[in-house]
Amino acid sequence: MSIVLYAEFAEGKFKKVALELASYAKKIAESLGTTVTAVTINAGDVSELSKYGVDKVLQVTNDKLAGFTAKAYADVIKQAAEKENAQLVLLSSTTDSMYLSGLVALALNAGFASNVTGLPVSIAPFQVKRTAFSNKAFTITEISTPIKVLGLAKNSYGIFENASTLTQEAFNPSLADADFGVKVTGIEKASGKVSIADADIVVSAGRGLKSPDNWGMIEELASVLGAATACSKPVSDLGWRPHGEHVGQTGKPVATNLYIAIGISGAIQHIAGINSSKIKVVINSDPEAPFFKVADYGVVGDAFEIVPELIQKLKAFKAQHA
Amino acid sequence: MKILVCISHVPDTTSKINFINDDSQFDTNGVQYVINPNDEFGLTRAIWFQEQQGATVTVINVGGPETEPTLRKALAIGANEAIRVNATPTDGFFVAKQLAEVIKNGSYDIIIAGKESLDYNGGMVPGMLAGIVGYNFVNSCTGLTVDGTNATAIREIDGGKETLTTSLPLIIGSQKGLVEEKDLRIPNMRGIMTARTKVLTVLEPIEAGQTTKAVKFEKPAPKSAVKLVAADNLDELINLLHNEAKVI
Repeated sequence: MSIVLYAEFAEGKFKKVALELASYAKKIAESLGTTVTAVTINAGDVSELSKYGVDKVLQVTNDKLAGFTAKAYADVIKQAAEKENAQLVLLSSTTDSMYLSGLVALALNAGFASNVTGLPVSIAPFQVKRTAFSNKAFTITEISTPIKVLGLAKNSYGIFENASTLTQEAFNPSLADADFGVKVTGIEKASGKVSIADADIVVSAGRGLKSPDNWGMIEELASVLGAATACSKPVSDLGWRPHGEHVGQTGKPVATNLYIAIGISGAIQHIAGINSSKIKVVINSDPEAPFFKVADYGVVGDAFEIVPELIQKLKAFKAQHA
Repeated sequence: MKILVCISHVPDTTSKINFINDDSQFDTNGVQYVINPNDEFGLTRAIWFQEQQGATVTVINVGGPETEPTLRKALAIGANEAIRVNATPTDGFFVAKQLAEVIKNGSYDIIIAGKESLDYNGGMVPGMLAGIVGYNFVNSCTGLTVDGTNATAIREIDGGKETLTTSLPLIIGSQKGLVEEKDLRIPNMRGIMTARTKVLTVLEPIEAGQTTKAVKFEKPAPKSAVKLVAADNLDELINLLHNEAKVI
């Protein structure tokens, strides 16, 4: 047996979540005395994976898989897992991987646990810790099937170098017509902007900004930090910002290294959505804002004074530490 | 056009989450239950298909008798009929198996299920359903139009969106964007009255087994107090973020 992971590749390189997944897989493989196999789909150079402990790569190269097609990709991962006799199949928590996960688990008669936050708590019985109740709690989930599929929560384990000798093998799974019943006809991606899913830092603002016209300073702060921008639910409901920026329980979850909340009071649903972020900074004029209760650092004051000054000071800081 | 909307009965988003019996069970005491928000966006889209394209909308839930008020609410919003599979859901796989059984016997054109429920957040039911019944499948769906047997869907991707074409029968993992928050409907008195007499069929579950089990729950560790930085001392904030938190 080995551990099989799907290493997502986009825009000429492996996604950070793929490297995190490899680091995670290696750690489990070491404790089980087994090896790590990564499946890649139309990836170019795969040697980077050896830095993070991948022992073998099953390289799929197929023009029909040029765009993401959930059923076909799930079929590839399923066949790779069978070929490697895998008992553990690891996926990330990107939108694409979440799309695949139910299909992969079902095809392998495997139990699936999503939003897994760390190494297995126990191997026999197989138990993992995962978030539930929209980050308001954790569950210890036991998977009882012979094959287990896990979705690792982003930023929950970290990326660790652990060099290995990599074997590469071309892999040609057989694909059925039914795998291609959904066709992509267009992709719209905000160019030059960091997406919330990929960001290490997210700068988020709420109704405290008073008007959609005041977002210039939020975007500038985000740009200085290399951060993505986000917003609270009222702001997206008012149409001030696109709903793709809405973070919280019914919006996007955020699990980032640094989350900066500006003019957001901190409704329970908002906190639930961002609580997996490591460091939370809150800037609010109301010292009683509930957000301060869950924040690591807080500044009480007027965002329209603080944010511009913070931008200037961060620019100076960045120039010094460039 | 026949549409099946899968409804999960979940604690209201403002609920306090607590556990009982040595942290092995969710404490339902004082918890208000609602239609899972991701399902409610799907239900509203289904009602639009009913109003504009003559679809019939069936709602379904896998749960005990205590979930019937949630199904009645969906009927009051406008669904034509309801089905309850009389079983306590043990995991996403079990739920998907029960739903698939109804789908196989029902010749539905579109099946809508929230991309995840707000209680266990498993996120597996739509995908597993698609795997069992073999229909086309679009997850994280934020837009759907149907013309004959052809469908055009929009899917959220990380950092943008994708337009997809596919054909019916189709399974949709729904979320906000399929309709907007302001489009959600509050049942009116007439809806509530007619919902009382709409058909709610109770089916017994099939044998399905279980693949996962939540054995224990934990609440997040209490947070240490916030460090406040004076508004005129932002250098200190940068210093803390750089040297203490090491995030910039």
